[in-house]
Amino acid sequence: MSATTTSPAAMRLPPWLSDRAFVIISRLLALIILVVVLSLISPHFLSWNNLINVFRQASVQFVMAAGLTLVVLAGGIDLSVGAVLGLAGCLAASLINGGDVALGVLVALSVGLGCGLVNGALVTLVRIPSFMATYGMLWIAQGLAVIFMKGDTVYGLTAGFRTIATGFFLGIPIPIWIGLALMLLLHGILHTTVLGRSIYAIGGNPAAARLSGMPVRFRLIAVYGLSGLLSGFAALVVIARINSADSSLGDELLLPAIAAVCLGGTSLFGGVGGIVGTAVGSVILAIILNGMNLLGVQTYWQSAMTGGIILLSVLADQIGGARLNRQS
Amino acid sequence: MSAAGIRPAGTGDTGLLGRLAAAPGALYLLGIMGIVLTVWTPGFFGAANLTNVGLQVAVLIIVACGMTLVILTEGIDLSLGPVLGLCGVCSALMIVNGYSLPVAILAALAIGACSGLLNGLLIGVVHLPPFIVTLGVFGIAQSVATVLTKGDSITGLPDYMRWFNDGVVLGVPVPIWATVACVLLTFALLYHTKFGRYVFAIGGNRQALILSGSRVSLYHVAVYVYAGLLTALASFIMTARMNAAHPTIGIGLEFDAIAAVILGGTSFEKGRGSLSGTILGALAVGVLRNGLNLLGIGGEWQIAIIGVVIIVAVGLDSMRNLNA
Repeated sequence: MSATTTSPAAMRLPPWLSDRAFVIISRLLALIILVVVLSLISPHFLSWNNLINVFRQASVQFVMAAGLTLVVLAGGIDLSVGAVLGLAGCLAASLINGGDVALGVLVALSVGLGCGLVNGALVTLVRIPSFMATYGMLWIAQGLAVIFMKGDTVYGLTAGFRTIATGFFLGIPIPIWIGLALMLLLHGILHTTVLGRSIYAIGGNPAAARLSGMPVRFRLIAVYGLSGLLSGFAALVVIARINSADSSLGDELLLPAIAAVCLGGTSLFGGVGGIVGTAVGSVILAIILNGMNLLGVQTYWQSAMTGGIILLSVLADQIGGARLNRQS
Repeated sequence: MSAAGIRPAGTGDTGLLGRLAAAPGALYLLGIMGIVLTVWTPGFFGAANLTNVGLQVAVLIIVACGMTLVILTEGIDLSLGPVLGLCGVCSALMIVNGYSLPVAILAALAIGACSGLLNGLLIGVVHLPPFIVTLGVFGIAQSVATVLTKGDSITGLPDYMRWFNDGVVLGVPVPIWATVACVLLTFALLYHTKFGRYVFAIGGNRQALILSGSRVSLYHVAVYVYAGLLTALASFIMTARMNAAHPTIGIGLEFDAIAAVILGGTSFEKGRGSLSGTILGALAVGVLRNGLNLLGIGGEWQIAIIGVVIIVAVGLDSMRNLNA
């Protein structure tokens, strides 16, 4: 059943404009309009310092959204990314504050990986819909973070550890290097490895993937595990950046991560999109938030902004006829 | 097929064991909690505590009624919690600024209906995934509520607002009356109108509905609007109970409501489930929270425990469907 026959709202695009081209062109247009408007409104916007700031924020945002992108490409969703990040961040910050940086890093990564693997098992073996399994995990991870922190805040992390967020290499902040490296790595994984190709195959058509003999369950568990691992990694970057951690660390991070993936043009029905898109989405999101700052908009509006962005970008792709609707 | 729609999942076999296996998880949870609480905490079966549980679950049952319809259509509504906060904040602001109660009620209903309409249009007409749409609306409602109150709560409400929680009519507290009214209304709509039959059919076999030329989208949108309206009503009880309106008061309520629906045996697939199951489920969640409080287990553990309970309930449900 093709998308255009089941969805009354999807219009046919002109023949010279493919679905993917529509997504890419609309994002580039949004980016150009944003940059032009903001540089006209605020002369400060195009300064080197501000741009570096925007890209640093975009990189951190990208690291948080990278794992989610993989899950969405495989046709699932991970609503627990923010909460798992929060839990991993709290544990790591406490350990690092206690002087054990290596153990903190190890714990953050393994907690992330563990939560991700549990998500994967629940989705594939117990067959719980992914949004429900990861939504349950959201509350479990958040509850555990509150229990562990007992309402305390950990702040003032080791300067050496903080370098991963505050340091510079060749005049460029280290988070930007981290974001770039992660993007290249994941792009490579998605396009050259068996796991990467399976992600697209499973997201595009799970039945076909299974019938072709692919170990779908095993690969899906790996994808959720990878997403959790990346949440744990993102937690390290985030706590290094804000130099503190409390149990509410992950509360506000889910919406922006989903917004970055949607803005990046990855289809929520799986199989279409990529990690580079999410990087572009993170940059757009960072520019919007930076613009709101420059214009003096209250921070209270941020989640309305990200919520609106999610709705608008998904709506635009659907109306634009992009291959989003595969429900029968 | 139509009969299967109103019975809990997997009621094919007739033996006692089969029936037990098919009973919704809420029954087991209620049973376990009942035994545990009677043994450990003597106060549990006292009239005072049971009334307390009733008042606590009133809001949950009302919101869960709407959530049941949403989940029956194979949807989800994550925005109901923040929408409750937004409705409460708006009506409280209007009352504090001198508007009359009926105007404030109408305003809250309008906000609930509008957010439901937005959800419904994007899900039922444009066919976007429900969890992503309602998550977007979640963010918007949350933000607007916080902006309106600048993050504070609204206090100084007139005394008559307390009636929504403390009032007693014919010996029964007002929240219980409100809950009974909402349940009866939902029951009538779900089982005795064309709307209700569509709710089951949208989840059960939407393609057939579309092919038969029905106006599916209209009913699909109406489901989300109805959920929004019920949430707006519930916001008054919540505001009265707190004697203040907080922008974040509703957060997590959507989670309890989903838990109630799932524990009540309503399935995420194929439009299977029942309203009576949801009420059992809401009672189970209420008793669980009350019981954890009585046992001295704090709010932070409750979050994690209910997270586990919901996953186990959905997991059991999906396992059962695999075997059926």
